Amino acid sequence: MTLHSTEFSQKIHDPDQPLLKVDGLTKRYGPRIGCADVSFDLYPGEVLGIVGESGSGKSTLLSCLAGHQRADLGRISYDGRDVLGMSETERRRLSRTDWAYVHQNPRDGLRMGVSAGGNVGERLMAVGARHYGDIRGKAVDWLGRVEIAADRIDDRPTAFSGGMQQRLQIARNLVTGPRLVFMDEPTGGLDVSVQARLLDLLRGLVRDLGLSVIIVTHDLAVVRLLAHRLMVMRSGRVVEQGLTDQVLDDPQHAYTQLLVSSVLQV
Amino acid sequence: MIRIENLAKSFTLHNQGGAVIPVMAGAALAVGPGECVGLTGQSGAGKSTLMRMVYGNYLAAGGRLMVGALDVATAEPRDIIALRRRTLGYVSQFLRVVPRVPTLDVVAEPLLALGSPVDAARDRAASLLKRLNIPERLWSLSPTTFSGGEQQRVNIARGFAHAYPALLLDEPTASLDAANREVVLTLIEEAKARGAAILGIFHDEAARARVCDRLVDVTGFTPGLAA
Repeated sequence: MTLHSTEFSQKIHDPDQPLLKVDGLTKRYGPRIGCADVSFDLYPGEVLGIVGESGSGKSTLLSCLAGHQRADLGRISYDGRDVLGMSETERRRLSRTDWAYVHQNPRDGLRMGVSAGGNVGERLMAVGARHYGDIRGKAVDWLGRVEIAADRIDDRPTAFSGGMQQRLQIARNLVTGPRLVFMDEPTGGLDVSVQARLLDLLRGLVRDLGLSVIIVTHDLAVVRLLAHRLMVMRSGRVVEQGLTDQVLDDPQHAYTQLLVSSVLQV
Repeated sequence: MIRIENLAKSFTLHNQGGAVIPVMAGAALAVGPGECVGLTGQSGAGKSTLMRMVYGNYLAAGGRLMVGALDVATAEPRDIIALRRRTLGYVSQFLRVVPRVPTLDVVAEPLLALGSPVDAARDRAASLLKRLNIPERLWSLSPTTFSGGEQQRVNIARGFAHAYPALLLDEPTASLDAANREVVLTLIEEAKARGAAILGIFHDEAARARVCDRLVDVTGFTPGLAA
């Protein structure tokens, strides 16, 4: 495969240096706060969960981090590079090679008119792959990793169940070897049994590929099983952050205490 | 290996009028390598609270909480994550796992997280499950459907998969029959022999007498209870 190694291979990164540094990030919609003064560091291999109710600003924060919206204030540094200061071309290149974004609705992250194999292969071609056999081989490999049978490679995602579509979206996103993955409610619309399988898959991928992940969800059970660290947001601000099980089991802020005590026990 | 000094803990209940409940003050103890220290005190005295604080699951309000070279009371989350991965194991009374993951993989996971090859991790998991008398036909099933005693043994296998230098054991022999209790006590003795520092809660008095080198009564650390 004729790929530029700088674009494609997993780059060596000092595990003791943050991959992403966010400082004072703020986004306003007119007088209303989207998110305000958000700061955190994310290290290689770390999964950061962001929880809060609808309207808490967690999705705004994610889209500002991923560059889908422009933040008004603050700094984002990725691998030592100033993200908000870079040109649009540079940022797009970064989001194609180093980053991935998994949407809540697979339809937003997949091309529904293109086969499963095409959905995965397209990403490889976007970073320079040209050899058909290699692309197809790699697509089959990735469909296998997300537990989609090889004989479904020529089917369109419209023929897939919701859980399969979500797994396909993950394959499409991870095939180019990103280091940072943004996830917006990735288990949101799925049955609980399908959710469990997806959670297990994501845990394995994070561990085996050393991915850094920022996952936005309102589901505390999902973050408990997936996230190392947790940020709790309310009205656009981070009210509490820490080790996931510590925040959930010994919440310090009044809002987090309310949130945790409101979860129905099963 | 574990050294606690002047440790304090209180809970602030913001949604109940901001009531502040002090639950621990002046807690102090030390556990050396190869030593097992048992926590005693009546139910509610704070044995589990103390264990959870050592694990970083509950935040300390003050004092020092050294595990190896790390002060858990003030450590960054990321340092506690690394500590839990390599140094500090915890067998709680509850098994919390992703549903539908096979038992063998649940037990092997701590080793995989440390970068062990899959085969080696599964072999180690299999030998522990075998010792703890979990029938091989159950290894491919999720433990979420197992009986209480079986879940407890899976939890123990997982906790002993990696040779942690420090271990927290919360009632490891509760709900086990005599044969499995014996296996668990032997595992604890083996861990001590290889130099692990163990802090445990054992309601089973005979078990406590057999594996614990010293006992610490947490009643002395409980504000209002200490006479």
